[in-house]
Amino acid sequence: MKSLYIVIVGGGNIGYYLSKALLNLGHEVLIIERDVKKCERLEDELGSCCLRGDGCETVVLTEAGLNRADVLIATTSHDEDNLVSCQVAKYRFKVPRTIALVNNPNNDVTFRKLGIDATISVTNTILEHVEQEIPVHPLIHLLTMSGHMEEVIELLITKDSPALGKSIGQLKLPQDTTIALIMREGERPKIPSPDAVFKENDRIIALTTPDSEKTLEKILLS
Amino acid sequence: MPGTEALKQNRKTIVIMGCGRVGGKLAAMVDAAGHKVTVLDIDAYSFRRLPPTFSGTALIGNGTDEEMLRKAGIESAHAFIALTQGDNRNVMAAQIAKHVFKVPRVICRIYDPLRKDIYEQLGLESISPTEVFADLLFNRLEKI
Repeated sequence: MKSLYIVIVGGGNIGYYLSKALLNLGHEVLIIERDVKKCERLEDELGSCCLRGDGCETVVLTEAGLNRADVLIATTSHDEDNLVSCQVAKYRFKVPRTIALVNNPNNDVTFRKLGIDATISVTNTILEHVEQEIPVHPLIHLLTMSGHMEEVIELLITKDSPALGKSIGQLKLPQDTTIALIMREGERPKIPSPDAVFKENDRIIALTTPDSEKTLEKILLS
Repeated sequence: MPGTEALKQNRKTIVIMGCGRVGGKLAAMVDAAGHKVTVLDIDAYSFRRLPPTFSGTALIGNGTDEEMLRKAGIESAHAFIALTQGDNRNVMAAQIAKHVFKVPRVICRIYDPLRKDIYEQLGLESISPTEVFADLLFNRLEKI
């Protein structure tokens, strides 16, 4: 694997454990942290890998050698700081990939509209796991495609589903939605044709967008 | 009053984020000029800066939150001005106003001149008070 130069803004818990893991994988890591005490603690633990300063400031980012960085990950507890670090990295230093931690889950979508390559929302991640742990939940988020406004979801067709007995072609699915797979007990999962008919207990894997998700839910689950 | 009719037609809706010295003063001025003003601040105590004559809306809330901006009437606003103490908060709210809500005129205060340059290049109308004030002082010094 190619060794990457990864700059992490914020030396809190996430920044620390992330750096430790990335260093172990053989990457070159630099943490930018404002607080002197945190910097000292990080250096004691991880060796010389910390730069003291504000990870939104051009001067500090220049000193960090950001123009040769492969990835910037902003992990502070302030969303606005994470946004600015990523934008400055992307537009001023042409860092190919920027990743922002999102504390307010609503900023997930906002940040991507503003050009951040990938966002990670702890709240949303936990919510998704809760959804997956509850088998009766009719719509499960499986994956959000990084960089795109697209997501992969799983739906269960129940006996009350308005789509029951209808074919994909009959249903007015949103333009940006694709039914990718139908999984039926005792059968191999299959890529459906437009005249595939939904049956009870079918599990559907669909590719959709956050905007169309509600419409899809209405059509397939009511 | 002369010009009242013209004013009614030209009455704009302005949302100001941050009711500090500048935000409070600007809100009072825009309100006195007859426009519809909503001023946002996370601290209710900041609203003490508004004059008793202020007829606009003062709203407690965070302007980097889309929901809060909607409550402040951003969807029908003609202009949005970001004036909190935090450069990054201003930058974030201004970008949401401009790119998400398509507010026709967005102005953002950014103290850090370097950061201001970057966002200006990205098409955000920004003012750095640091730069403006340093220029002003420099010009005065030249006359000594």
